[in-house]
Amino acid sequence: MSMPSNFKLVENFDLYAPKLTDREEYFCPGHRACQGCGEALAVRLMCKALGKDTVVTNATGCMEIVGSLYPTTAWKVPWIHVAFPNAAAVASGVEAGLKALRRQGKIADRDVKSVGIGGDGATMDIGIQALSGAMERGHDMLYVCFDNEAYMNTGIQRSSATPFGASTTTAPAGKVSIGNKTWKKNLPEIMVAHNLAYVATASHGYPLDFMNKVKKARSLKGPSYIHCFTVCPTGWRSASEITMKLARLATETGIFPLYEVENGKYRMTVEPRTPLRPVEDYLKLQGRFRHLPPDQIKVIQDRVNMEYRKLLNKVEHSKSWSEM
Amino acid sequence: MSKRIGIEVAVAAAEAAALCRFDVAAVYPITPQSHVAEHLSNIVADGRIDAEFITVESEHSAMSAAMGASATGARVVTATSSQGLMYMHEVLPIASAMRLPIVMAIANRAVSGPLNILNDHSDIMPQRDSGWISLFAENGQEVVDMMIQAFKIAEHRDVQLPVNVNIDGFQLTHMVEPLEMPDQKEVDKFLPPYKPYATLHPDKPVSMGTFAMNDVYTEVMKAKDAALVNSKEVILAVWKEWEKRFGRAYEPIEGYRVKGAEILMLTMGSMGETAAVAIDELRKKGIPAGLLKMKLWRPFPFDELKKAVKGAKTLIVTDRAVSFGGPGGPVAGEVRSALYDQPTRPAIINEIIGLGGRDMMVEHFMEIVMKAAKAGRKKRKEAYEFYGVREA
Ligand SMILES: Cc1ncc(C[n+]2csc(CCOP(=O)(O)OP(=O)(O)O)c2C)c(N)n1
Ligand code: SF4
Ligand SMILES: [Mg+2]
Repeated sequence: MSMPSNFKLVENFDLYAPKLTDREEYFCPGHRACQGCGEALAVRLMCKALGKDTVVTNATGCMEIVGSLYPTTAWKVPWIHVAFPNAAAVASGVEAGLKALRRQGKIADRDVKSVGIGGDGATMDIGIQALSGAMERGHDMLYVCFDNEAYMNTGIQRSSATPFGASTTTAPAGKVSIGNKTWKKNLPEIMVAHNLAYVATASHGYPLDFMNKVKKARSLKGPSYIHCFTVCPTGWRSASEITMKLARLATETGIFPLYEVENGKYRMTVEPRTPLRPVEDYLKLQGRFRHLPPDQIKVIQDRVNMEYRKLLNKVEHSKSWSEM
Repeated sequence: MSKRIGIEVAVAAAEAAALCRFDVAAVYPITPQSHVAEHLSNIVADGRIDAEFITVESEHSAMSAAMGASATGARVVTATSSQGLMYMHEVLPIASAMRLPIVMAIANRAVSGPLNILNDHSDIMPQRDSGWISLFAENGQEVVDMMIQAFKIAEHRDVQLPVNVNIDGFQLTHMVEPLEMPDQKEVDKFLPPYKPYATLHPDKPVSMGTFAMNDVYTEVMKAKDAALVNSKEVILAVWKEWEKRFGRAYEPIEGYRVKGAEILMLTMGSMGETAAVAIDELRKKGIPAGLLKMKLWRPFPFDELKKAVKGAKTLIVTDRAVSFGGPGGPVAGEVRSALYDQPTRPAIINEIIGLGGRDMMVEHFMEIVMKAAKAGRKKRKEAYEFYGVREA
């Protein structure tokens, strides 16, 4: 499938876009994602940054379902899906297979990157063991988590990425419950603890930042990890036309800061305006937080402030391994 | 020239995979498979073949990584046992549906609980319907031969299915046996390099493992069933070729002293050897007993079974696993169903034997047959029996 020649994304796209990104689409139009799906946008951006010499392994989840209904496919790069918990393991096998065949001269001597992708459920919950194993073994692969903060594909159930106070179908707000009672698991930090040469957070709200990170990760030999924040209007009960706005608000409020950790050194890649915007600006646009009373919003604000300071502290004091 | 050597069977299984020049091994250790895993890693560490060994963190990932590697066009081997095989269960039917010709050695072991590391077939039986070709080896020689045959069968363009080779844990894996190790040149002639149908490579991008709804799911299942059923022809042809090249014959059901046998006993795996000695003893006593050793479990050898039991009055089916609350042992259940529409069929007795490593000696097999001989065609009250169970 290719883009119709009269397809215009932005005014004067032809003029400046080729300098910023690949015109080619590898995750193509025609897939079945909901209107305003941030995850589909993020996957598309990731593919552009990766380019054609890529094999994508996709865990079960929204992106797998919307992109591959047999006999159609949205994928122009080689793509494989096996199951929900094992994208990292399959991707590690892809890497090993390509490596062995290339070394033996059975396939072209060309760098083809193995990339595992999965939602927050596939990555942070059921697939964390496979991810940890693959990252620890040092495969030359990139893993990208598309975090929309719940199991969307199966109907908005809570995951370990679901934020405190969000109402989901398995952590619903009720007469005696404010919804999800736990704080989001910090998977990027767990990946840093695997001593990866490159770990980054990203968001489709900052497309160039995200694509640059993907390009950097792709160019490195060895395992790398990117945690990409993705807005899900269906699961968050937000208007589909504010997907980009919500993604940017998540960063501007400090809820989802964008940083990278290169050889142990933390660096903010997007510096939000200070003081940060209040979390309420972000929360109030989403149905999943609508039930929260002011005192709970304050609890969230305090936590976000604390987490943000923790991160700034790392940015300030961490050193690259080579400086140690 | 093949070489006659004494070798531990688990090690021999890994050696056989090396003769097939696997590209990738993804293995997680578990007793009594560990020596297969360890030896595969030795082979790679010594650079004896140019391959990748993936030290996966679980069996689920072992099979998953094996699938990823196989999808790139690599020749892939893995091995597991018991809990490891159960842990893989989710991905096994996906491997066959995706037509990935992975070869897996299984050191058969009892499934928990209670935890038990010894041999029976309760690990492989729950995988019965996962769409894999399933072979059962009786001795070390068969393990070596079947491991090599497995790649040829799996990769055949008309098959393209994963194959598991069942090797009784300890009873077989840990025996040092004299056997003939085929020569590398002979194996190279028998097994050409793998030519995959489609691979994961940007030169020709494909989507593998897509989502399929009710409009095509049935068709995919029928295709998978047909692939399994049709694989038998290839298996038989591969065995014929093997016999020509290496001089050892293989059949889906191998008969032992079946001529004139009124009572037949059916075994799978290593117990066939002990049972054969029992048959010799019984024949000496004038009891017309014979033995059927089933080597091919999937695809199920219906025609061969029907032919093999013709003329027998009694068929004793031994099972090394239990289908709890069901028809007894899974093998007997299938044998009964396979023979149901025959105009004449033997009385079928189901003996569940050797669970969790419970030893089966020559006398035990003799006792089972003599009891059946005495009962004649008299119907048993129970559809199956836990042989040698201690009660009260
Ligand atoms: C072993 C297993 N358990 C449960 C499921 C059901 N399931 C499929 S996708 C999914 C949730 C996916 O959530 P996530 O990974 O966050 O991706 P999203 O759909 O949100 O993009 C679940 C629970 C499954 N397919 N396999
Ligand atoms: S449910 Fe959410 S993540 Fe899934 S396709 Fe729709 S918008 Fe995208
Ligand atoms: Mg999700």
